[in-house]
Amino acid sequence: MSKEWPLWEIFIRGQHGLSHRHVGSLHAPDAEMAIKNARDVYTRRNEGQSIWAVEAKHISASSPSDKGPLYEPSESKVYRHPTFFDIPEDVGAM
Amino acid sequence: MYAQMVKSTGEGLKSREDMSPEEAAFQDKIDADIKIEPKDWMPEGYRKTLIRQIGQHAHSEIVGQLPEGNWITRAPTLERKAILLAKVQDEAGHGLYLYCAAETLGVSRDDLTEQLLDGRMKYSSIFNYPTLNWADMGAVGWLVDGAAIMNQVPLQRTSFGPYSRAMIRICKEESFHQRQGYDIMMKMAQGSEAQKRMAQDALNRLWFPSLMMFGPSDADSVHSVQSMAWKIKMDSNDELRQRFVDQTVPQAEYLGLTVPDESLKWNDEKGGYDFSEPDWDEFFDVIKGNGPCNVDRLAARNKAWDDGAWVREGLLAHAEKRAARKTAAE
Ligand SMILES: [Fe+2]
Ligand SMILES: [Fe+2]
Repeated sequence: MSKEWPLWEIFIRGQHGLSHRHVGSLHAPDAEMAIKNARDVYTRRNEGQSIWAVEAKHISASSPSDKGPLYEPSESKVYRHPTFFDIPEDVGAM
Repeated sequence: MYAQMVKSTGEGLKSREDMSPEEAAFQDKIDADIKIEPKDWMPEGYRKTLIRQIGQHAHSEIVGQLPEGNWITRAPTLERKAILLAKVQDEAGHGLYLYCAAETLGVSRDDLTEQLLDGRMKYSSIFNYPTLNWADMGAVGWLVDGAAIMNQVPLQRTSFGPYSRAMIRICKEESFHQRQGYDIMMKMAQGSEAQKRMAQDALNRLWFPSLMMFGPSDADSVHSVQSMAWKIKMDSNDELRQRFVDQTVPQAEYLGLTVPDESLKWNDEKGGYDFSEPDWDEFFDVIKGNGPCNVDRLAARNKAWDDGAWVREGLLAHAEKRAARKTAAE
């Protein structure tokens, strides 16, 4: 059995100026081919204006068991949301 | 369906008391409709059943290109040819979305491919039937993609995140498939006598194989209960089949074609049609490898894989050489 092409994660920026978004992965021998393949696999209906391909082994991910320590600190900080503050209606739009 | 008769590895449904704390927490997440992601803890049976199901689904998309690919060079007009080409290319994309969902569970793409090529993994029985004339392109889009949609729409809500996301993408593309098929059927059914005969003939041959796509009755399936508890199967085979018949019969009537089932009758009480079961002996025979095209389909996939080896190897060698040159220059 010959060696498998490496796995690439594909990110695409759509039409409306939003950030690149992960759309899936694919196999390709190198970055150039990864982008060409991504064009065929993920933008057959005008879904994209720009493609990023990142070899999957270069992505570091948080682990599910870290969920508590990572996100808990933000849970208690309700004052980070505008709805925390009562502003009188008389003040107008804010 | 595209994944018919997926054997779950679980030994039937576990009661709450028999679950480990991890298993109970896992089931709680599923019951609360929280998606399971690749790195989350999951029971081994869930992982294995999903690899089988998603793999089988992916293989079906890939092998499913063959009966339609057969007609690309013989489409009646340039426009029809371009449409069919786009449709078949979509199916390749569907296969790829699904393979990458399966890979997140720790199986390699090549491993899945090899299991298809040596017959260890299955694909949908429907693709072992031949496509004999142009009307079959209409009937396949209308009936086969129609049945696929019936199954795939609920799977968008499946518990495994990558599978659910792949299904959402696929469903967005499927309705084009069914419509282009029905469009061909309308043309044929409103055409000359000979064209009408071809359309009817296509319906006659593909009706029961399409009903088989949903798999045998769940009453006989020990695997369905566990899969439904895990939300990797959302509806019973019989429910989906009924829904498909109810939706499709009026569409056949609109075309002025006759569904090849003498027992087909509207049942007011249940609010659906009564219809004949497909020949399940034939189904099991096709699954076993004895359908009209099983040998051809696997031979075609094996040939494509073998003939493509030099491309896969050559491109990899090129990439390695370039990478080495770049490192040397730095
Ligand atoms: Fe598909
Ligand atoms: Fe399709």
